[in-house]
Amino acid sequence: MSTGISMDRVDQIIDSYGCQRHHLIAIMQDIQAEYKYLSPEVLERIAEKLDVGVAKVYSVATFYENFSLEAKGKYIIKVCDGTACHVRKSQPIYTAIREYLELEGKQKTSADGLFTLETVACLGACGLAPVVTVNDKVHSKMTPELAIELLEELKKEEAAL
Amino acid sequence: MAKGIMYIDGQRVPFDGETNVLSVIRKAGIEMPTFCYYSDLSVYGACRMCVVEDERGKIETSCSMKPRDGLSIRTNTARLLKHRRMILELLLASHNCSCTTCEKSGDCRLQELAMRFGVRRVRFGDSREESQLDDSSPAVVRDPSKCILCGDCVRVCGETIGMGIIDFAQRGYNMRVSPAFNRTLSETHCISCGQCSAVCPTGAITVYNQIGKAWRAIHDPKVRTVVQIAPAVRVAVGEAFGLPAGSNALDQLVTALKYMGVDEIYDTTFAADFTTIEESREFLARLENGGPFPMFTSCCPAWVKYLELENPKYLKHISTCKSPMEMFASIVREHYQEKDAQDGRTTFHIAIMPCTAKKMEAARPQFRHNGKPDVDLVLTTQEIINMIKESGIQLPQMELEAPDLPFGLGSGSATIYGTTGGVAEAVVRHCMPDKSRNTLRALEYSPLRGNDSIREATVQVGDREIHLAVVHGLIHAQELLKEIDAGNAYYDLIEVMTCPGGCVGGAGQPYGLKQKKQERTAGLYAADRSAPFKRAEYNPVVTSMMDAYTPDQRHDLLHVDYTK
Repeated sequence: MSTGISMDRVDQIIDSYGCQRHHLIAIMQDIQAEYKYLSPEVLERIAEKLDVGVAKVYSVATFYENFSLEAKGKYIIKVCDGTACHVRKSQPIYTAIREYLELEGKQKTSADGLFTLETVACLGACGLAPVVTVNDKVHSKMTPELAIELLEELKKEEAAL
Repeated sequence: MAKGIMYIDGQRVPFDGETNVLSVIRKAGIEMPTFCYYSDLSVYGACRMCVVEDERGKIETSCSMKPRDGLSIRTNTARLLKHRRMILELLLASHNCSCTTCEKSGDCRLQELAMRFGVRRVRFGDSREESQLDDSSPAVVRDPSKCILCGDCVRVCGETIGMGIIDFAQRGYNMRVSPAFNRTLSETHCISCGQCSAVCPTGAITVYNQIGKAWRAIHDPKVRTVVQIAPAVRVAVGEAFGLPAGSNALDQLVTALKYMGVDEIYDTTFAADFTTIEESREFLARLENGGPFPMFTSCCPAWVKYLELENPKYLKHISTCKSPMEMFASIVREHYQEKDAQDGRTTFHIAIMPCTAKKMEAARPQFRHNGKPDVDLVLTTQEIINMIKESGIQLPQMELEAPDLPFGLGSGSATIYGTTGGVAEAVVRHCMPDKSRNTLRALEYSPLRGNDSIREATVQVGDREIHLAVVHGLIHAQELLKEIDAGNAYYDLIEVMTCPGGCVGGAGQPYGLKQKKQERTAGLYAADRSAPFKRAEYNPVVTSMMDAYTPDQRHDLLHVDYTK
């Protein structure tokens, strides 16, 4: 879990852009690259330093799908749902993982904070469809069973740590 | 400034300096429908109601189109009408159409335009997630289910007030106007100025309605209702009854309130004279003791709230004088204590204000005594208009009746508190040693009056030159503070009003653009000229009461410390 965002580091990133308003998106991208998500405190600090309203920063952050306002798990699982993966049955994989992780409603991260499940439009690996990535490592020609196996392995590794 | 001839629906229309085609169309006498266009705000082009068609059949929004010589457009082609009806139908599809019981019913732009364009059925269902009503603010109520996403509130909050409390969140059909993190207004730095509710074309943001509480007090025989009427109310209340903006309907309002059953009716100008004298005294004392400067006026509760939340280092600069409303309330509290004990009634104090922030001010802990607020209830001009209408009273037909004594008499300089520059002018009038008529005349033409957002004036008081600034529209005050912070500006006294135009443009007033606010201002200046006395110190009741107060009493009744 990426708890403990260092506000000093956040300040550093904002300062590196000279506290300029028009760098808002770049600043948020850099912070997210480091901490995987943007916490309310981060957005408030950005607003304060750029001298814009928090509502405006929140507005931009919620407009782009790419920005996450929720903390993410250690493993980010992306199930490709592009056209090729979709016709080769990516949806059952997604559903199986959801059920395995016991995600409900809009919940994306498992209760133990280990896994975050997302879909992605196309990873450009259509020849390997259906594709699942775990922290950007590509797993090709997946099935629901293979996906669950993969998660169980990761869980075992975690338990051994 | 561009000049030329345009053709609107085949008719020659000259233009001269208009910034967009929409204003030229309106000048030509065609009421182009809009939701998101306000001449006082930036052009947004979101509602698409003001679309026009050019000769090639291209459709464009007229609000964002520059007038050009020889330009030819049509405003009412079959395609345009079809578009407008479709826009309305789609807006209604995702709108909570509980119109008859809506706060805004009868005054809603969506209702009006749907009626005008004959939209009688909606073919689409509302698939939005249910939204929460936000009634956490003392001033306004937000109902996102009625929002049409025109962004007027977002722009007024950001561009005019400079607060940026609300903005769009999410996107596509999940888009909402909301404070950051979906917080309620009370969890933000909202200063309750209410301008968002003033520009909202629908019932998505409305003023917190407290009419029911007012009627209960008025109808209770054990309760004595005592009313004070703020200066800016008198020049706007008549608008809802067909009187021109700026006509002074104070005396008719007094009669109407008597008919409605209010016991005693006073004028806030009475307390404004106290404010002028106390604020001047404080200012002169600061001149002697060397500061802190600039001294800020304290009449505008939204301004005080802004400093408190966003710029607390300037709190000690703000005058310790209570606002006229709260001075009045302390005087009423003192005055009726004994009377209440004698006749067994309780006094219920209602302030009729042009302002939504006054509702917030009345609820401040500093203005509570013995567990009870000094002002029991603040009604806006619009609320009192609704109550008069509910009573069936025809305001223009009311006989004239002056406010009651002893608290119904104010000077001319107190009347102009209702417009930008008024408080500063009242203080200057009081401080200037030369009391001749000509000094008053000279002040009329000084920069204290006018409509520029930041106005500066220099006056001579004794052997000192006093630098004054008058600011309206909170964003300009924020700019000025930055200049002061940077050491680029110096002033001794700064008057700040959050709303553009001052209190005449308050969010509790019937909505009006710049033109209307200026007419109301003219009405206040006319009332000043016809007032029997123009300076606070000539108010006989005020001076005799002042003389009778001990310094402690004066401090308790008339001053407040916002830093505590």
